[in-house]
Amino acid sequence: MISFSHVSKRYPGGHQALKDVGFTIEAGELVFITGHSGAGKTTLLKLLVAIERPTSGSVIVNGQNISALKPRAVPFLRRRFGLIFQDHKLLFDRSVFDNVALPLQIAGYGMKDAARRVRAALDKVGLLAYEKALPITLSGGEQQRLCIARAIVHRPAILLADEPTGNLDAEYAAEIGELFRSFNQVGVTVVIATHDQTLLARLAPRVVTLKHGELAA
Amino acid sequence: MTAWLAQHGRSFAATLAKLGRTPLGAALNFLVIGIALSLPVGLYVVIDNLQASSHQLAAEPQVSAFMALDASRAEVAQIETRLKQNPRVQRFRFVPRDEALQELRQSSGLADVVDSLPHNPLPDAFIVNARDSTPQALEALREEIMQWPRVAHVQLDAAWARRLDAALRFGRLVAAILGALLALALVAVTFNTIRLQVLTQRDEIEVIKLIGATDAFIRRPFLYFGALQGCAGGVVAWLIVSGGIWLINRNLGELSHVYESLFQLKQLTLGDSLGLLIFPAALGWFGAWLSVGRHLALIEPGVDK
Repeated sequence: MISFSHVSKRYPGGHQALKDVGFTIEAGELVFITGHSGAGKTTLLKLLVAIERPTSGSVIVNGQNISALKPRAVPFLRRRFGLIFQDHKLLFDRSVFDNVALPLQIAGYGMKDAARRVRAALDKVGLLAYEKALPITLSGGEQQRLCIARAIVHRPAILLADEPTGNLDAEYAAEIGELFRSFNQVGVTVVIATHDQTLLARLAPRVVTLKHGELAA
Repeated sequence: MTAWLAQHGRSFAATLAKLGRTPLGAALNFLVIGIALSLPVGLYVVIDNLQASSHQLAAEPQVSAFMALDASRAEVAQIETRLKQNPRVQRFRFVPRDEALQELRQSSGLADVVDSLPHNPLPDAFIVNARDSTPQALEALREEIMQWPRVAHVQLDAAWARRLDAALRFGRLVAAILGALLALALVAVTFNTIRLQVLTQRDEIEVIKLIGATDAFIRRPFLYFGALQGCAGGVVAWLIVSGGIWLINRNLGELSHVYESLFQLKQLTLGDSLGLLIFPAALGWFGAWLSVGRHLALIEPGVDK
């Protein structure tokens, strides 16, 4: 489903973020990308959704070579993923409901269908009661769950999370971990970049470890 | 198709909501655009009306033939017969010298001077309407009448109307240039408004790009905003021009009553009005399109920071 082969990424300015990285992730897997900060975890995720392009090597998602993707095709690639960010990237000028509805609006869902899916996603993360609230009134853990609801509302086959528990205390982090486990159990491929050892111990996933931009054995 | 329409509908509604959030700012923008547009449009309307009436005058040019002062009644009658028989003449009116003097007395306020004259200095005159009103035909008619016996002087009365016509054509050009400049200003104003909007919504644009929005989707509300703003400016301009015409016509009513002629400015036609809505909307759309295209390219997730 996802395969990296001989992928290197050097940023303008000379910083070598990834060096000859190669691995594959099968459909339905739960994979952690770990490593110290600056090891290249975030760069790896950015390559997957074409925020960055590899300097060399190829990134294949569902048989499609991301590194050769035309700019026009990028939005449609991104719609196949559910993205979860450490800083949530919520829109604070609109309600919880509207935040979750955003990916469906972008994809052109009808109002009725969209509303049903939004409520299902909010229910899944336990925020159904807050649909009219503004995101700013939510706690950090709730905001992260809102971000997850937005990532799953269009039922993507792959979930990508960058440090999803980075700003959360242990209790919230455990809730988030359970959510990921439940998505994985219904067949969603989940890729999480994190250095949260507790989360790792709880979910017992397959682990890909990066060290200074290279795969550690 | 319905999904596509619904998406456009939602964008449109969101744009209206955005305008509603800053009613004063939006109203001021509309007013500025409206006033700017009303200048060339108003000028154009006045020129158009003047031109229509000058055409009317120029289309019926008259030739005045003045008899010699000492022409006899018989000689005058002879000219009258000639005019009746001339195929170039559509109709004519005879102004006897006594009547001309009376007219002068009444209309010029020179009654005392006229009264003190020892004898009538005015000749008998014919005011002739030609069948063919092209300048060449008029000139030919003038020369023909000149040849007739006892005709002292023949004059074309339409010359001033043609000069007015030329002046109005110049005025039309001025209006067109003014219009083009202000159209450019409208594009510039929209460009700037949209630039500020794009910059303030930078984070939002970045997020929706990340979750798979196409450029068209991101651009849409801004384009609607530009078009809507232009269109609203057009509405304001329409109100200003129509109100102006109404006001002028009310005052012209009194004025033309005094002069016994009914000159009224025509209101904007339906076509003019539609143009006044659609054209600024298109300009606003264009300004927004330029602006979004330019500024959207700068907002790419991941390239920042």
